[in-house]
Amino acid sequence: MIKKILMTAEEMDRTISRIAYEVAEHLKGLGDVVIVGVQRRGVSLAERLQKGFRDMDGVEVPMGELDITLYRDDLTLLQDQPLVRSTSVPVNITGKRILLVDDVIFTGRTVRAALDALMDLGRPSLVQLAVLVDRNNRELPIHPDYVGLKVSTDKSDVVEVRVKEWDGDDQVVLWEDGGEG
Amino acid sequence: MSWRRKHLIDVDDWEREDFELLLEQTSNMDSILDRSIKKAPALRGKIVVNIFYEPSTRTRTSFEIAGKLLSADVINWTASGSSAAKGESLRDTIWTLEAMGADAVVIRHGEVGVPYYLAEKLKKASVINGGDGTHAHPTQALLDLYTAWRELGSLDGKKVAIVGDILHSRVARSDIYAFKAVGAEVYLSGPSTLMPTDINSLNAMYEPNIAEAIEGADIVYMLRIQRERQDAGLFPSLDEYHRRYGLTDKLLGKAKKGALVMHPGPINRGVEIASSVADGPQSFVLKQVRAGVAVRMALLYLMLGGVKE
Repeated sequence: MIKKILMTAEEMDRTISRIAYEVAEHLKGLGDVVIVGVQRRGVSLAERLQKGFRDMDGVEVPMGELDITLYRDDLTLLQDQPLVRSTSVPVNITGKRILLVDDVIFTGRTVRAALDALMDLGRPSLVQLAVLVDRNNRELPIHPDYVGLKVSTDKSDVVEVRVKEWDGDDQVVLWEDGGEG
Repeated sequence: MSWRRKHLIDVDDWEREDFELLLEQTSNMDSILDRSIKKAPALRGKIVVNIFYEPSTRTRTSFEIAGKLLSADVINWTASGSSAAKGESLRDTIWTLEAMGADAVVIRHGEVGVPYYLAEKLKKASVINGGDGTHAHPTQALLDLYTAWRELGSLDGKKVAIVGDILHSRVARSDIYAFKAVGAEVYLSGPSTLMPTDINSLNAMYEPNIAEAIEGADIVYMLRIQRERQDAGLFPSLDEYHRRYGLTDKLLGKAKKGALVMHPGPINRGVEIASSVADGPQSFVLKQVRAGVAVRMALLYLMLGGVKE
């Protein structure tokens, strides 16, 4: 059952622009920054942040995509082995400042896996985390540096970030008790 | 779509979508081979045992590297100098390995059907066929398919010529099935003494004239000639074989411009393939070797995870 629309398309746009400004301010410019989106919706958001930086400063910040499947901590618990998606970071990340992007932070386990996956690609000088939604209920001591929207949820709720590329429209929806069914 | 196969005995029951899923998974594994740290933790705590009753360096090493890159522990059990030499039955050997905690057993055996038999007998572990007699060599077919797909994209309507000792080749049998399943046309060529009598059952076209078979081909696949076949009188001499069926630059000129030259290895230079072709710009032999590691990573990952039927 749908509980609430957390963000409309317009609000998503505005929030992503705001995060772009925050990042540029906090990092004192975008030199040596590489955006890395976590598959799949993190990649869509990373592309929008890249566009946000372009619109704001006219700079082209390099962007890559990261798949965390091989680094998950629940592989031995799952009924179906999850399929591996592409990891492609077009620049050497050693010494770079990484802006890791995901759609939602929940338990923190995805980010833990993403950090491990990232370290196998090189040794960045700094990693920061940007998420569109922080829904609390953390199980690991991991916290985002840039947050679009902070929302209190129950563990059984589902926060769905919908993006045009995969879902046909842009919005963020909070579902009660395990989603649409 | 998810992966439900516990064992890999042959690819002859695979659907097109199974091949496509594996190709895509393989390409995601392939990129790991380019990293400075070539390792991912997905198969930590899993044990893969290679049992090879026939000599093999590349298949065994390829499985070993694939397992290790995904953090599995890989153990090689060779038949000579082991309990097989002491007369232990195959069934007891694999039960022993399973009792030691093996999660997957990769087996190569001279007898047809041994991997199938093991899959029936094992309670928990997955079985991967690393080649059984003249029957099947599914991981070779999958790496061949991946090599071609990566270079050419869709294989629909592409022409594949497989040349040489079709009769004794498990590689040919598995490759014919795999290439046809994804829409390619397969032509076979080679001396009639090295063709199976039931050639029509292979579901590919036989063209005794090699120049005709290769004409316009996108992929020219040369099979290894085993020297002992000459002793059996199946062809007069290696020299004569090379003159009539060896892939030379001139003969390769009949194929499509830039056609891929493939071979399962190890190659016999100057027999089925001229050195200048094997080392030439159209040779994909070493790309096949690399593909072998990536394809086996994808298979081990898919087969060792989740709950299988």
